[in-house]
Amino acid sequence: MESKLLTEFYHLDEFRGIEGYKKNGGYVELAKALKMQPQQIIDEVKASGLRGRGGAGFPTGTKWSFLPKNGEPRYLLCNADEGEPGTFKDRLMMERAPHQLIEGMIISAFAIGSKKSYIYVRGEYHYPISVLEKAIREAYDAGLLGKNILGSGFDHDMDVYSGAGAYICGEETGMISSLEGAKGQPKLKPPFPAVQGYLRKPTIVNNVETLAAVKYIIRDGAAAYRKHGTEKSPGTKLFSLSGNVMKPGNYEVPLAYPLIDLINKEGGGMKPGRKLKAVIPGGSSAPVMTAAEVEKATLDYECLAGMGTMLGSGAVIVIDDSQCMVDMLGVLTHFYHHESCGQCTPCREGTGWLNKIVHSILEGKGRLQDIELLEKVADNMKGRTICALSDAAALPVLSFVSKFRDEFEFYVREGRSKVKGTTYAEMHH
Amino acid sequence: MSFNLSEEGIKKVKQELSRYETKESAIIPSLYVAQKENNGWVNNDVIHALSKVMDIPASKINEVFKFYTMFNQKKVGKFHVQVCTNISCALNGSRELASHICRELKTKFDEVTPDGRFTVSKVECLGSCGTAPMMQVNDKYYENLTHESAMNLLRGMK
Repeated sequence: MESKLLTEFYHLDEFRGIEGYKKNGGYVELAKALKMQPQQIIDEVKASGLRGRGGAGFPTGTKWSFLPKNGEPRYLLCNADEGEPGTFKDRLMMERAPHQLIEGMIISAFAIGSKKSYIYVRGEYHYPISVLEKAIREAYDAGLLGKNILGSGFDHDMDVYSGAGAYICGEETGMISSLEGAKGQPKLKPPFPAVQGYLRKPTIVNNVETLAAVKYIIRDGAAAYRKHGTEKSPGTKLFSLSGNVMKPGNYEVPLAYPLIDLINKEGGGMKPGRKLKAVIPGGSSAPVMTAAEVEKATLDYECLAGMGTMLGSGAVIVIDDSQCMVDMLGVLTHFYHHESCGQCTPCREGTGWLNKIVHSILEGKGRLQDIELLEKVADNMKGRTICALSDAAALPVLSFVSKFRDEFEFYVREGRSKVKGTTYAEMHH
Repeated sequence: MSFNLSEEGIKKVKQELSRYETKESAIIPSLYVAQKENNGWVNNDVIHALSKVMDIPASKINEVFKFYTMFNQKKVGKFHVQVCTNISCALNGSRELASHICRELKTKFDEVTPDGRFTVSKVECLGSCGTAPMMQVNDKYYENLTHESAMNLLRGMK
């Protein structure tokens, strides 16, 4: 087993409380960081090559350096909205190690000069929210939050904000709109949040896993952190493995870990008698891969991008040979149609049409030209909207249709699933 | 029928109003408070009651209310059973589970059972993909379900 950074102590129940956390190395790096110069911390994070773990993979240190270099108040916003289908790692991190996130956030806030942070958690996560609220109270009581933290002269306040069920609030400007008390609609960029974010003040939005990783960069130093993973994808990452595998779950492995090993070693392989058919490697927005492609893939940003898909949030969804790809695409088009915020026409209308067309095929009313129509609509949705949801809806469609075209054509011709042999109504009712 | 927040509810909303940088940020938390007091859903009366307490136009609160799926626009049963039907759960039979629950409870999706106890809904990903299929009943997650275990849990809910 490879070395673990974030999850080393996740098996310990005591790691959730402040005492147990401290016993296992907790808040050591906060004390260390508060004695460093903020710029030193930013430089170390930059040198580590840490990339945003929420989905986009943007270099964290670079994001931080977009902040204006003046004394203007700024916010740190932790993105714990975790809505990308297939992803459940942030939930684990908040439930098993709330103080790890809090420590990473205080260090990051000190580095960027922020006196106030929010953890924006998706509303359905009642339990993680209660765990975080308790941990934040513990941190205040221990003098790790509030005024003059550990005698450093640095003040910082932290609070939790509960979302209310909108996928789009995981997009950083949508999240900012939501925190401002509005519909969670994304905003045009530029200005980027680092320049004008929450309440038009400079704001850094980072994912739970990104902020927690900062602790280990301070602990080990950038050079040691870089020993995990590759030149362009350094560090370890949590992968949420789900779907048709024996042992689904969250697994921390170094980046560039072979995808097939994650499925077969960590995940215990396929269920008896079943074969691997396809994998969605980075959350539902990532283009699907065939079993043959999976054999060649490593879990890092550049390998998956080179194969026409993406690492995304690290949600690996495994699909076996008993599944109908037309049916699965119907699940995804329904999701994106439901979650489009309605602001941009190509997305609002496009997601609706994609969903209608796939479902008309599923209901046996499809025409062969509908397959091309799907591709045409999806093509017209890419790169034409304020945020990436439209692309996220288009990419699965294009990849499903091109890689599993025979299943779509069979369904149109026969009015039933090639794999299941049955109609849509017979499949699920 | 008009709706008024309880004294405790007003206190909670006022706490939320002073908790954040702007009072608009208190709209979502306050809608949660009001929804709970109105038996799990929100209507115009609830919006107007909040508008008065918060001193924010009802139209602004309404706009937020309509955008987020966790605020119910219709009455729901005492137990709101939300079955995730997104991809990882669908790969593990969640749609069949959702249909099974409806059949057993003799209801249709998004309707309240005649005894007022249940509303069954199909919902999008709840971040429980490694323990599929799953359902959320009110605030709680129930994971790794079978048709039998789900029905046993639901029948035992008081």
